[in-house]
Amino acid sequence: MAAHMALPLTGKQSAQVPLGDRIFVLGGKLFLLLLLGVAVLMPLLAIFWRGFSAEGGQGGGWVAARELVTSDNFHWLVGNSLNVSLSVAAIVVPLAYLFAYALQRTLIPGKRIWRGLSLLPLMAPSMLPGIALVYLFGNQGVLRGLVADNIYGFWGIVLGEAIYTFPHALMILLSALSLADARLFDAASSMGASPFKAFRSITWPGTRQAVFAAFCLVFTLTITDFGVPVVVGGDYQVLALEAYKAVVGQQQFGRGALIGMVLLLPALFSFGVDAWLRRQHGDAMSGRAQVFKPLSSKGRDGCYLAIVLLICAALLLVFGMAVYSSLVKFWPYNLSLSLNHYQFSDTAGGGWLAYRNSVTMALCTALIGSAVIFTGAYLMEKTNGQKRLNLALRMLSFVPMAVPGLVLGLGYVFFFNLPGNPLHVFYGTMTLLVVCTIAHYLTTAHMTATTALRQLDSEFEAAALSLKAPLYRHYWRVTLPICLPALLDIVRYLFVSAMTTVSAAIFLYSPDTILAAVAVLNMDDAGNVGGAAAMSTLILFTSAGVSLLLAWASRGVLRRSQAWRQGAPAQ
Amino acid sequence: MFKPLALVAAVLTAFSVNAFAAKTELTVYTALEAEQLKSYKQAFEKANPDVEIKWVRDSTGIITAKLLAEKARPQADAVWGLAASSLAILDQQGMLQSYAPQDLAKIGPNYRDAANPPAWVGMDVWAATICFNTLEAEKQGLTKPVSWQDLTKPEYKGKIVMPNPASSGTGFLDVSAWLQTFGEKQGWAYMDALHQNIGQYVHSGSKPCKLAAAGEFPIGIPFEYPAVQLKRQGAPLDIILPKEGLGWEIEATAVIKGTPHEAAAKKLADFSASPAAMELYKENFAVLAQPGIAKPQTELPADYEQRLIKNDFAWASKNRDAILTEWRKRYDGKSEKVAQ
Repeated sequence: MAAHMALPLTGKQSAQVPLGDRIFVLGGKLFLLLLLGVAVLMPLLAIFWRGFSAEGGQGGGWVAARELVTSDNFHWLVGNSLNVSLSVAAIVVPLAYLFAYALQRTLIPGKRIWRGLSLLPLMAPSMLPGIALVYLFGNQGVLRGLVADNIYGFWGIVLGEAIYTFPHALMILLSALSLADARLFDAASSMGASPFKAFRSITWPGTRQAVFAAFCLVFTLTITDFGVPVVVGGDYQVLALEAYKAVVGQQQFGRGALIGMVLLLPALFSFGVDAWLRRQHGDAMSGRAQVFKPLSSKGRDGCYLAIVLLICAALLLVFGMAVYSSLVKFWPYNLSLSLNHYQFSDTAGGGWLAYRNSVTMALCTALIGSAVIFTGAYLMEKTNGQKRLNLALRMLSFVPMAVPGLVLGLGYVFFFNLPGNPLHVFYGTMTLLVVCTIAHYLTTAHMTATTALRQLDSEFEAAALSLKAPLYRHYWRVTLPICLPALLDIVRYLFVSAMTTVSAAIFLYSPDTILAAVAVLNMDDAGNVGGAAAMSTLILFTSAGVSLLLAWASRGVLRRSQAWRQGAPAQ
Repeated sequence: MFKPLALVAAVLTAFSVNAFAAKTELTVYTALEAEQLKSYKQAFEKANPDVEIKWVRDSTGIITAKLLAEKARPQADAVWGLAASSLAILDQQGMLQSYAPQDLAKIGPNYRDAANPPAWVGMDVWAATICFNTLEAEKQGLTKPVSWQDLTKPEYKGKIVMPNPASSGTGFLDVSAWLQTFGEKQGWAYMDALHQNIGQYVHSGSKPCKLAAAGEFPIGIPFEYPAVQLKRQGAPLDIILPKEGLGWEIEATAVIKGTPHEAAAKKLADFSASPAAMELYKENFAVLAQPGIAKPQTELPADYEQRLIKNDFAWASKNRDAILTEWRKRYDGKSEKVAQ
């Protein structure tokens, strides 16, 4: 491979960048900026404009903002949100780290099965863990006897969010733990360092940035989700739910917009710390790295297997319960099984049309989104120059993580409905739903891409440059194949996220473009919990099926292009 | 790969569907119960073969919020089946096209907008009730409540679900009715006491009864339609009409101002107020906007209509913000955990 011939480079190359690359780099970045501007920035500005304009008693404006921020109610909500989000992050990140470590750095059997099971929560709307928890620990729950109080409230939200966010954290940590330089571990063991010492001085420094990223992601996902609180929150209220209620119940767009702005703060904070960490962090993986292979160790593997089994059993219990409840005729008085809940034609939400729409939307989002996001991340990470443009792009890519889907959706309504906006033709169309969904899930996908790309030494680009290979060809021939696992993760992530998203879409669908996850929320809100469970189950199986198909189809490609990771065959 | 092909196929199908659509497509926003939509749409399209209804259905709060959010460029052509108090808010914003449907004379004077021509015209009435799970009552030893006041008894602590008035039309109807029936001061005192027994505030008007039917919480405060439906399906429920009287609300129809399909939207308004439509509504509701058509529902007491309180909609609409603010201050966000 070209990378093995990397030469030390001196001098400036920027003067002789070929035209094709200039178009690729600058054109790509400008296109991305335009896209992010329309899909993220403008809708957000519309929210700010809405939040600070005192028009029409909709709870906006400076006076309302001051009133909101100084009210006891607001402090209570902020406290609750922080409590829940910190608890969830504190529970999920260590568990996800152990899980990821078990999959990447030990020799436990059945890794593919555990990995597949761990992704289950990604495959269903966030309402589903909530619904399952009600059937498990609600007043009529099968395990109600095991707990002192019913599930509604703090613990319901924490458990539900923990399940919902687990795979999100896991994705980042798996990616960070996937690459390790065996030479460092060899050196450590030959110097007599204990495995713990090796972990502390090699593995931890290489992954702590990902731990931080995972912590931030879980925190912001939790603080901005209303799917779980709406189902199992009871009277324990959180900010995201408050924004939902302000907008949906009271038509207080201004108030919703104001709370949305408060929810932006965690993202700004994590951006700051991430930028700071970047400066501390060198390249973890050089072009000369040897792939790390764990040695066998019965005791270690046994412990990790137990942890992995416990987590998977809990997930299976929750998701099994949801599927089971979708088949029960009339909970809890008639437990005979039937497919009644799957006859959607008579219930809220658009039924099978909603389901077909969701599949179409998810396909478009996955294919277009992954291409745009990965290329964008590559351009941001691996090209010098346009420093300010890079910074702007990076900031914009971080913003969607903190924007509750609901607020983003409302921003779309305000922005695309502005009188005189020529983009109005997209309003209510599938195109807008796809754009909004890509924008909504941009950050995680972008972070996955970035994490994978950062682990590649910039020597690769330098080598390509010195060989006078155009950057776009290098990107296509070298970077993409190396990062294929991460790229496929992004495709899968976008597909299932699009299948499961509800919060942004709820304000953007038209009768022709109603989505399955919106139908779930509508049915649950109307108290048709069986129907909601049934539609969630359909979403779950579709997402899981497509993921399996993707994994299967890509295995051949993967095996070929990833052969270098398995140790260097003679070339 | 088959996926791009499927995509192309999907796009082509979408285009070809549009190519065949010669009828007027009317986008109708509604908060009607989902199971009612099919028969209403069929009946209307049978009477008006040149018009096709496209439903956008959601709960009262969401539909109202959606209409307001789209104020600058309305997407809806008409509204068929939304709370009159919500339509009054849209009317205040100047979003409704006043129109007198052909059968306006037959509509009861209380069941339409007072202006002439009216901004909205009623269809039927829905009212607050109590759903009481008899199986769970027996298991947990609960006595059957007969009045709103009964619900404040300590034995029901944590056993009652009601809709949050901030998100649900039915919830607001409950609160505004208690304030009107008991007077403002006693009304709030009543809700203070009731709050001690509430297990959960939910976000829709039908969910409390479904939760009661499933025994999750033995007592729910929904509106009467889901109660009747669930009882017909065999849920172990008693439907209780509290003796102090029922809060109620009108379900109504309106034409959106500036719609490009005004003629078709007016046809919808005509149909919604017609005797034929009343025949549809009477399957679901016991009180209709046209007097003399309704038939009593066996699940409800015969004097149902007499139990409706004197409801001052203008007062409720005008004070909506103030009431909700006060309600939220009292019950929504107390720092101590509410009894479960």
